[in-house]
Amino acid sequence: MKKYSGFSLFKNALSYHENWQKLWRSPKPKDYYDVIVVGGGGHGLATAYYLAKVHGITKVAVIEKGYLGGGNTARNTTIIRSNYLWDEAAQLYELSLKLWEGLSQELNYNVMFSQRGVLNLGHNLQDMRDIERRVNANRLNGIDGEVVTPERVKEIAPLINISKDCRYPILGASWQPRGGTARHDAVAWGYARGADALGVDLIQETEVIGIRRKNGSVVGVETTQGFIGTRKVACVTAGNSGVVAAMAGLRLPVESRPLQALVSEPVKPCLDTVVMSNAVHGYISQSDKGDLVIGAGVDGYNGYGQRGSFHVIEHTLQAICELFPAFSRVRMNRQWGGVVDTCPDACPIISKTSVDGLYFNCGWGTGGFKATPGSGYVFADTVANDHPHPLAAAFNVDRFNTGALIDEHGAAGVAH
Amino acid sequence: MLLIHCPHCREDREEEEYSYSGEAHIVRPLEPEALSDQEWGDYLFFRKNPKGIHHEMWYHAVGCRRYFYATRNTLSYEILETYKVGEQPQVSAQGAAQ
Repeated sequence: MKKYSGFSLFKNALSYHENWQKLWRSPKPKDYYDVIVVGGGGHGLATAYYLAKVHGITKVAVIEKGYLGGGNTARNTTIIRSNYLWDEAAQLYELSLKLWEGLSQELNYNVMFSQRGVLNLGHNLQDMRDIERRVNANRLNGIDGEVVTPERVKEIAPLINISKDCRYPILGASWQPRGGTARHDAVAWGYARGADALGVDLIQETEVIGIRRKNGSVVGVETTQGFIGTRKVACVTAGNSGVVAAMAGLRLPVESRPLQALVSEPVKPCLDTVVMSNAVHGYISQSDKGDLVIGAGVDGYNGYGQRGSFHVIEHTLQAICELFPAFSRVRMNRQWGGVVDTCPDACPIISKTSVDGLYFNCGWGTGGFKATPGSGYVFADTVANDHPHPLAAAFNVDRFNTGALIDEHGAAGVAH
Repeated sequence: MLLIHCPHCREDREEEEYSYSGEAHIVRPLEPEALSDQEWGDYLFFRKNPKGIHHEMWYHAVGCRRYFYATRNTLSYEILETYKVGEQPQVSAQGAAQ
């Protein structure tokens, strides 16, 4: 792999940028791999990358039914933060945030990680109590955060309406300055390029249609390109996790729901941070291109259609217009939906299963993008050692039977 | 926007009038204290979550305020039937009942 640098940019400019190396190969699947990762989104590619990079397991294939990073990786609002309430979740998301901080250098690929800060607004007394509790918990876990007044909110995001005369006045917020956004596609492409350079085969437009087992152990996967042997299958299939689990006769405590987002026409820079509100339910940031990126909630019912209900967007835009009256005249450009696998406790499942050699990393629900590096890191460790990484242990699927849930619903400003 | 037929009101009404209550036909165990952790966890949290035909429970929140069941395709969102609690679906993943 040729390294990107200022010099390579100059050199390629001389040949009109027509001779850049391809980011990754398109290999034919081999007969056998040490590990097969099912799902070529951000989390799956990160898993493959860390398997090769940290654990030296390079005989790895990533099997993707569409194209790399074409699912939820390309369909989210790219918000990154680690201000979760409970220790287990906070530590996992903080590991991720720390990896984000060095990711562009690590991958030699600009993931456009921008630490522009994240505001989580409070609109009533209970919100403020929850925010204070969460910020204190974060600080005890070594995570940056502060409780800020409406005046400070206005300083950070000048267009925001802090008037007391609206339906849901802003009483304050939590502020995590290290949070921010990143370029979603670049994350998938950067990990894909890095994994490919380490010898991982990225196999696109190939769907896994079965998981072959023998005496309770995985022996390979059936795909649309035929059978591929392996002893370890790592499933990172987000909204389709339930479908993949059913191939191995397993059930997961996840339900798939469409989650929507939308972007406006590009406008001049007007919002240089991320504003989230759990209570009125909207979140918004401005991309480098200038469009306002707005996230809505999940649909009320299970669904695998990559679209969502119109009234959900309507509800979110009401909230956005109340928070930012100036945005009421901005025209919306595009809307899309992704299928997210929601867990009963709003925390992911990173786990071995009752089938030997079958691992699941799923249940990220509405907030998986921020966790991409950390999720891949701990999942690769779990798969490589056939033993949960210390930070992944609490996210075992058994917690739904033992009762040791990590209830991040609402507590962490998780917008559901 | 889904248009959902309420079998109690016998009217097609907009999705916003209803709220969703998850998978249908889950029977609360008669003796919860007799269940193992495995069985209790399965009852509370594990759902079918199919891609395709799904039997689910809806609540007509701003209408008659009664529960009913629906058979819906979770990929196309087509609602194939709605029926009252206590009744059995006419359509299943295996096809229409005879």
